[in-house]
Amino acid sequence: MAHRMLALLCMMLFTLAVGATPPLRGSGDLGLVIERGSGSVRIVDTTRQLEIGRVTGLGDLSHASAVFSRDQRYAYVFGRDGGLSKIDLLAGTLVKRILQAGNAIGGAISQDGRLVVAQNYEPGGIKAFDAETLEQVADVPASYGSEGKRSKVVGLADLPGQRFAYALFDAGEIRVTDLSDPAQPKTAVYPAGKQPYDGLVTPDGRYYIAGLFGEDGLALLDTWQPQLGVRKILAGYGKGETPLPVYKMPHLRGWSIAGNRAYLPAIGHHEVLVVDTRSWQEVGRIAVKSQPVFVMARPDGREVWVNFAFPDNSWVQVIDTLSDTVVETLQPGKAVLHMEFTPRGEAIWISSRDDNTVTVYDTARHAPLKTLGVDSPSGVFFSARAARIGF
Amino acid sequence: MYPNKVIRPCVAGLAIFGIAIADARADRPAELIRLVRQDCGSCHGLTLQGGLGPALTPAALRDRPPEALFVAILHGRTGTPMPPFRGILDETDARWIVAKLLAGFPQEAH
Repeated sequence: MAHRMLALLCMMLFTLAVGATPPLRGSGDLGLVIERGSGSVRIVDTTRQLEIGRVTGLGDLSHASAVFSRDQRYAYVFGRDGGLSKIDLLAGTLVKRILQAGNAIGGAISQDGRLVVAQNYEPGGIKAFDAETLEQVADVPASYGSEGKRSKVVGLADLPGQRFAYALFDAGEIRVTDLSDPAQPKTAVYPAGKQPYDGLVTPDGRYYIAGLFGEDGLALLDTWQPQLGVRKILAGYGKGETPLPVYKMPHLRGWSIAGNRAYLPAIGHHEVLVVDTRSWQEVGRIAVKSQPVFVMARPDGREVWVNFAFPDNSWVQVIDTLSDTVVETLQPGKAVLHMEFTPRGEAIWISSRDDNTVTVYDTARHAPLKTLGVDSPSGVFFSARAARIGF
Repeated sequence: MYPNKVIRPCVAGLAIFGIAIADARADRPAELIRLVRQDCGSCHGLTLQGGLGPALTPAALRDRPPEALFVAILHGRTGTPMPPFRGILDETDARWIVAKLLAGFPQEAH
């Protein structure tokens, strides 16, 4: 009798143990949708197009972004309140959360995946953390001038060689910090222009571009030849026109390079600017519905999808890069805040904050495939970013 | 009675119109709360603790004259990214927002 009881108990324990183990799966087709109002994220499967988990308690996610560990298992979410949260996409759990600053704007991950770096408004600067433990390993203040003022940092992007490029909104500079030895960060400073608001790095990690709010033009740094300094591109793009009020700063992160061309938002104008990436000369302008916020190239570069600033933020337009014309105008929902392509671009996920939806579009037909209910969604980030420079 | 047939629907129409106006005004605070939290929030933060733009909490605004805030909302601030909101907000809206900011801005109803 005792034997039989023991056998039964063993069987029950075995069943419990097996039941508690989630089925084996990969993480290359997973992603996160930020729920900006409730401080939570939904974990999504982009192959089956459904939600597989939710993680709460991440603080103020009103301007949140995420980067991914190189094994694509973990996401690091940067919150507005300086929170840095490490999320296990496979287990659907919060591994660790720290408060690393008072007011933050995003982050990046190093080439080797060992350092997670946050960019902060308050106190202005960047901080690096061990990707495994989230222990702080470096603090690089964005100090400028003779009075020790600190600038808000924008446009942080990873460069090859454990380097990070970023721009100083208040100081008008681009800086490149080398964190090969986190205990001794080395920072180079390049004057860039008035009020840089965001930045991007080209897919090869060579060119860093900062958009400027305070002047018409963008600042370009060739990080292979930094001694040449910053060069202005598209200078005076708004000449002769009165700039419109800007209700939402454009975002440059997530390069929009298609073939030999870069597609960039014009600030204060209803235009997307097209530049040749060999000469960095303007080769065209595309009139669009309103002021662009995100200008994103489909991974194959054949199309560029654009969303717009308040109050025209219910629209999305698609530009064909062969003809450089708008070929589609869509209304995915109210207050479209972000878009993310699947790794090879057959679909795009579009978040509509005020409709509480994320709509998956087929990019070949420009038609909706599926709509997911998400609480006040903003950023959509897929784990394939782990393998891309500048994402 | 031909005139009556015309007048009645007119009166009914006006009454509906009147209610519609009253409703639009009644909904305005909720719209403004959403606009300030979500759209002003893209620079000032959803919690209004600041971002690219300064914090808009009662403590942060303590020494700012209400009139200056009113002008900043409607006309923007030169040399900064603060855009003018006239055309989107009228003076009544701006005055309401300033008063609420100084008192502690309400949360959105969920």
